[in-house]
Amino acid sequence: MDGTQVAFYLLAGLAVATSVLVVTGRNPVASLLFLVLSFFCLAGLFVTLEAHFLAAIQILVYAGAILVLFLFVIMLLNLGQGEPGLGLPSVPVLALSALSGLAFVALLVFTVREADIAPITPARIEAVDLAGQATVGSTEAIGTALFRDFLLPFEVTSLLLLVAMVGAVVLAKRER
Amino acid sequence: MDGTGLAISLAKAGFVAFLLLNAVPLLVWLERRGAAFIQDRIGPNRTSIAGFALAGLVQPLADVVKFMFKEDFVPPSANRTFYLLAPIITLIPALMTFAVVPFADVVRIGERLVQMQVADLNVGILYVFAIASLGVYGVVLAGWASNNKYSFLGSVRASAQMISYELSMGLSVLGLVMVFGTLQLDDMVRAQGARLFGVLPLWGIVLQPLGFLLFVISVFAETNRLPFDLAESEAELVVGYHTEYSSMKFATFFMAEYIAMTTGAALIVSLFLGGWQVPFVSSETLNGWTADLLGPGAGSWLAALIQFGSFSAKLGFFLWLFIWVRWTLPRFRYDQLMRLGWKVMLPLALANLLVTAAVLLVIDGAAGR
Repeated sequence: MDGTQVAFYLLAGLAVATSVLVVTGRNPVASLLFLVLSFFCLAGLFVTLEAHFLAAIQILVYAGAILVLFLFVIMLLNLGQGEPGLGLPSVPVLALSALSGLAFVALLVFTVREADIAPITPARIEAVDLAGQATVGSTEAIGTALFRDFLLPFEVTSLLLLVAMVGAVVLAKRER
Repeated sequence: MDGTGLAISLAKAGFVAFLLLNAVPLLVWLERRGAAFIQDRIGPNRTSIAGFALAGLVQPLADVVKFMFKEDFVPPSANRTFYLLAPIITLIPALMTFAVVPFADVVRIGERLVQMQVADLNVGILYVFAIASLGVYGVVLAGWASNNKYSFLGSVRASAQMISYELSMGLSVLGLVMVFGTLQLDDMVRAQGARLFGVLPLWGIVLQPLGFLLFVISVFAETNRLPFDLAESEAELVVGYHTEYSSMKFATFFMAEYIAMTTGAALIVSLFLGGWQVPFVSSETLNGWTADLLGPGAGSWLAALIQFGSFSAKLGFFLWLFIWVRWTLPRFRYDQLMRLGWKVMLPLALANLLVTAAVLLVIDGAAGR
C-alpha cells in the first residue's frame, strides 16, 4: 500500500464512522459536529484525487456555511438539553424510508456500472497535462467544465436556487 | 517528498507558528501602550524584572503567568464537552490560515529553490476562506455551551456577523483574482512587482482600490474588532461568548483573536500591498545586487531577509491600524452593522466585480485574445 491508499482507507473509514455517529447520536449538536468531521474526511478524499478546488469548496460551502446555519437552528430550537429520544417512527414512515434508501442504492449501483471510472493516478494526471489540457480537478478544469461545457445546466441551477430563495422570503413575510 | 524536503517544510511551518504565537504578547503590549498613547495616558509600565520594565514589555509575561495559575472554573450548568472544545476549535483555524501567505521570494539552498511559504496550494486564497469560515464554530459553541444568555446572544451575533461579512470579503477579492488570473498568493505577489508607466508599483490597491477598501472593512468584521466587536460589546453583553471562560481558556480565545488579526493583516498586505515586494526594487534587481555582494546562495538569503523586512513593515502598519481604529471609532449598532454588510458592502462588491470583468473583457478584446 502506498501513501495515497493509506490516506484513502483512513479517510474513508473515518467518513463512514462519523456518518454513522451522526445518525446514532442522541445530542443534535454532537451529531452536527460529527457531520462536520465527515465532510472534512470527504474533502480529504478529494485532495487525494488531486481535486483541490472541490476540497476547498466542500469545506467553504458545506462545513463553513451550511452546517453553521444548521447549528444555528439547532441551538435556537434548544434541542440539546435532555430531550427524550423520539423512539422508533411509525410503520409507514419506516417503510417509506426503507424504500427510498433502496432506490438510492439502486441509483448508485446503476450509475457506478454505467460510468467510466478509471482510477486517477499521478501518471494519468500527467498524461492529461502533456496533452495541453488543464489538470484533472484543478480550478481551471472545473471552470472550463462549468462555464463552457455545461453552462446552461449551471445557469438553470442557479436560477432554481434564486427562485427557492425568493420563495422562502415570501413565505416568511406572509406570517406578519 | 524526500528527507530534506520534509525537514524544510517542517522548518517553515515551525517558523510561521513561532512567528504567530509570539505576535500575540507583542500585540497585547502594542494594544495597551497604543490605547494609552491615544488616550494621553502612560499605560502599563510597572511590571519589571530586576528593575527592567522595557517600556512595559515585561507586562505580557506577567499576564501569561497570571493566566496559567488562575483558577480554572467550569460553570456547573455548562455543557462540559463542548465548553472545553470551543477554545480549541477557535484557535486551530486561526493558526492554520497563515500557511498560504508567502513572506519572501524563493531562497537558494544548494541546488534547491525553496519557497518562503508553508504551502503553495493551487486553490490558494480559497483555502484561506475555507479555513477562516470554520472559526465561527468555536464562537458559536462557546456561547451555547456556556449556558448563559449573554454568552449565547454574543455568539448568535458573532455568527450572523461573520457569515454576512464573509460574502463581501470573498467577492472583494474576486476582482483581484480576475486581474491576476490566479488564486495562488505567491503568483499574486509576484505579479505585483510590475510597475505602471515605470513609476507607480502596480499593487493590488492601485488595480482594485474599492476591492481594497471592502476587504479591509470585511477583515475588521471577520476578526470581531472594533467598530464591529458586537460579539463582545462589554456594555450590554459583559464580554459576549467568552463571558464564562476563565484562566488559560479565556487566553486561548484572546490568542485566536490576535492571530486572526495578524493573518488578516498579512492577507491585506499580500493581496493589495505587494506582499514581500520591496517598493521600486524588483526581486530580480534585488537578487542581482545581493548576488554581487555575497554570491548567489547567501545572496538569495539576504534578499529574502530584506523582503521579509518589507513584508513585516507593511504588516506592522496594518496591525497598528487595527489598534488605531479600535481606540478611535465607537461601536456600530447591530442593525447598522447588518445594513452596512448587506445593503452597502455586498452591492458595492458585486458592482466592483462586474466593472472589473467588463474592463478585462474590453482589454482582452483590444488585445485580440
